[in-house]
Amino acid sequence: MSTYTVHVTIENKPGINDPEGETILNDLVLKGNYSFVTKIHSAKMLKFTIKEKDKKSAEKKVRKLCDELRIYNPMVSRITVDVF
Amino acid sequence: MKVGVIVFPGSNCDRDMYHVLTDVFKVDAQYFWHEKKLPSNLDAIILPGGFSYGDRLRAGVIAAHSPVIADVKRLASRGLPVLGVCNGFQILVESGLLPGVLLKNTSLSFMCKWTHLIVENNKTPFTNKLKIGQKIPIPIANGEGRYYADEQTLVDLKKNNQIVFRYGEEINGSTMRIAGVCNKEGNVVGMMPHPERAVEPQINPIDCKPASLIFESLFNTIGVTN
Repeated sequence: MSTYTVHVTIENKPGINDPEGETILNDLVLKGNYSFVTKIHSAKMLKFTIKEKDKKSAEKKVRKLCDELRIYNPMVSRITVDVF
Repeated sequence: MKVGVIVFPGSNCDRDMYHVLTDVFKVDAQYFWHEKKLPSNLDAIILPGGFSYGDRLRAGVIAAHSPVIADVKRLASRGLPVLGVCNGFQILVESGLLPGVLLKNTSLSFMCKWTHLIVENNKTPFTNKLKIGQKIPIPIANGEGRYYADEQTLVDLKKNNQIVFRYGEEINGSTMRIAGVCNKEGNVVGMMPHPERAVEPQINPIDCKPASLIFESLFNTIGVTN
């Protein structure tokens, strides 16, 4: 068994508006003349520390947990899972 | 005749709800801590507003895993009237008892103001004494009150007459200005605004009769005369 850090990023699905990201873009970044920025999506990240036999099953188990406990709401959100 | 008021860690409108039931309408009510079993002789269940678990992760999602929710689901499936107000609505949505989801208000702000609702469905246990199109002056107090449902869910909501209340004005970005919905069977109703803050003339500057009819509809349904 090894210890892995698993980052779960929860963000709105495309088409679900993200007023926080839009406000950061329009009222902070673009007003600050960082015109090379075209889009900002806000997201929430949970960092799990888990013990598991390999990276693949670490990802699988955390994904299952997120689905079962509704860590994200699948109607409006999606997750990306990164294992380190 | 007894109405159960469920208390979660962080509920803060439970006493308002209990007060309205017992002091204003003289109905028997009882608090139930979220870890307790619900008796099967309840006549209705109300999930009050508040900030269960401090809205951590997402408003209502942690409370939706509380032990009491299994009992709420069991009693709801038998047709018991269930009302979720504000955080109670969020909990009902997160527990799968009601469709859709409540997102952060478009303003990103906590909104606390008077608005008015339009009754869209008067066949539920909480609206049967109201008229379709009737206006209800009522306050909102929430940060995550923007109702959203995907296209298919909206089709189903309309087909099954599950839209119970709409806001009379655009207020927080809710899809179709939806403020309250019910399940397909109609016995489980969720609404973001606070009827328990609108039934007494001392705290309702407009008209407390329409919001009172939400409670009187319930008592009408469960056979309480007051």
